[in-house]
Amino acid sequence: MKRIRLLDIAHARSGDKGDTANVGLIALKPAYYPILVKHVTAARVARHFKGMISGPVERYELPNLHALNFLLHGALDGGGTISLKTDAQGKVFSTALLRLEVEIPR
Amino acid sequence: MKARPATVRIAAGQGFWGDWLEAPYRQVTGGPVDYLMMDYLAEVTMSILQKQKARDPSLGYARDFIPLMERILPTVAERGIKITANAGGVNPQACAQAVAELARRLRLGGKLRIGVVTGDDLLGRLDGLLARGHELRNLDTGRPLSDVRDRVLSANAYLGAWPVVDALRGGADVVVTGRVTDTGLTLGPLIHAFGWRPDAWDLLAAGTVAGHTIECGAQCSGGNCLVDWERIPDLANVGYPIVDAAPDGTFEIFKHPGTGGRISVAGVTEQLVYEMGNPAEYITPDCVADFTTIRLEQKGKDRVRVSGVKGRPATDKLKVSVAYFYGYKAVGTLVYAWPDAYKKAQAADRILRQRLADLDLKFEAVLTEFVGADATHGPLARAAARLDELPEVQLRIGVRSRDKPAVERFTREIAPLILNGPPSVTGFAGGRPKPEEVVAYWPALLDKHMVEPCVDVVEV
Repeated sequence: MKRIRLLDIAHARSGDKGDTANVGLIALKPAYYPILVKHVTAARVARHFKGMISGPVERYELPNLHALNFLLHGALDGGGTISLKTDAQGKVFSTALLRLEVEIPR
Repeated sequence: MKARPATVRIAAGQGFWGDWLEAPYRQVTGGPVDYLMMDYLAEVTMSILQKQKARDPSLGYARDFIPLMERILPTVAERGIKITANAGGVNPQACAQAVAELARRLRLGGKLRIGVVTGDDLLGRLDGLLARGHELRNLDTGRPLSDVRDRVLSANAYLGAWPVVDALRGGADVVVTGRVTDTGLTLGPLIHAFGWRPDAWDLLAAGTVAGHTIECGAQCSGGNCLVDWERIPDLANVGYPIVDAAPDGTFEIFKHPGTGGRISVAGVTEQLVYEMGNPAEYITPDCVADFTTIRLEQKGKDRVRVSGVKGRPATDKLKVSVAYFYGYKAVGTLVYAWPDAYKKAQAADRILRQRLADLDLKFEAVLTEFVGADATHGPLARAAARLDELPEVQLRIGVRSRDKPAVERFTREIAPLILNGPPSVTGFAGGRPKPEEVVAYWPALLDKHMVEPCVDVVEV
């Protein structure tokens, strides 16, 4: 097995809806998409962002775009105008997710 | 009846109020296009405009739309390009009037028709709606709007593409709207040009996807694109995206020749997932689009083909966006230098928090971030960084409260730390932070039949 960062096999963009951040995680090659589906579960992402979000994580699959969409609830200190965070609109949760490491067969 | 065109080109000119002022001009002069679409309205924008209108009844729209139109209107009129823009904010009539006056000044009288879409503004109808049992419950919290009714600043229903279609059918060259959805500004022209029917759900979904793809401007043509970002060419000269759509609902995204940026499957995919909820249910007033059916294909350099989009019938609700007064906030910053920059910033934070506690100030939230260490990626970044060797760290501390004096007092507690806190501190030239009024956003649903869009078309 070898350990890789999602940064090596995926790219991402994130945005906001109220106090929820969304992260679209996109495989850099179609062959990587099954790795994302298998390893980057909602539970795994919730553990990754422990201490950064107060609500649950939902995951949706877009096999047509080789992408997963994550909703991170309670991620933005109230969201939009209320939030005191630098990243009040969740713009960089994208690259924060790409720090996640997964183990894949060599 | 006029012949239907083989394809229609819709160019994105603004992705938000404050976007690049050069983009609309470049879009209408850089090559042939049929429509220019400009999206101005973010959730919080409406409340800002409402405040401006309260001070002066002739305001309440995106004012810089007018100088922008001054620059492009002669070209647009000459080339027969039509414009859709939700620049009208909370006062579309005044916006349209300003455009009309401008057109006459540019000697375009008799050559231009302006369409105005209203009916989205619910502020004056709120009490009637509440009295009739429409509770406008918050979609996130489930609370009824009556909780904050006395603090409401603006309330608008999201209208869809059909009032834009009506304006275009009435001969409008420039369609100025209030709170019309971002995607409706693109879908409207497509429905009008191709004669799509109100129950052609796949086509309406395709036009909605087209709108979503270009509604953030250059964010789908190389801007804010993570893949290969260092090699995306000439962003200084970035070309904004253009939809080239066919009557069967397929379309291609491209940009004008000679412009910078890049249109790739990767970049378009990033934009498709931006601000996405459940991808199988992208709900608009016009249809429910299924983003899991979209097919993307690179058709050549800077050209991506989009096909396969499926849609379902629209719901019987409209989304309503209410803005209400929430309270106050303030954010103060100080910069600490090496050595021990991070430890000094942490010490300053502890001292400041103790002083706030000793003053018995009540805050709903106090948030500390250490810019340079954890402001963007939180504990994930702290775990990965060499915190003891950081060359500098900005302490950024914010407070939020319903109590204005508490927030004001907080703003006076930052500067003293320069002389009575940890050493090697700088970066305070901006002076004391200012308390800021917080306007919060309340999303709700309303039965569609309660909202009657209104369309006027006037000749200049």
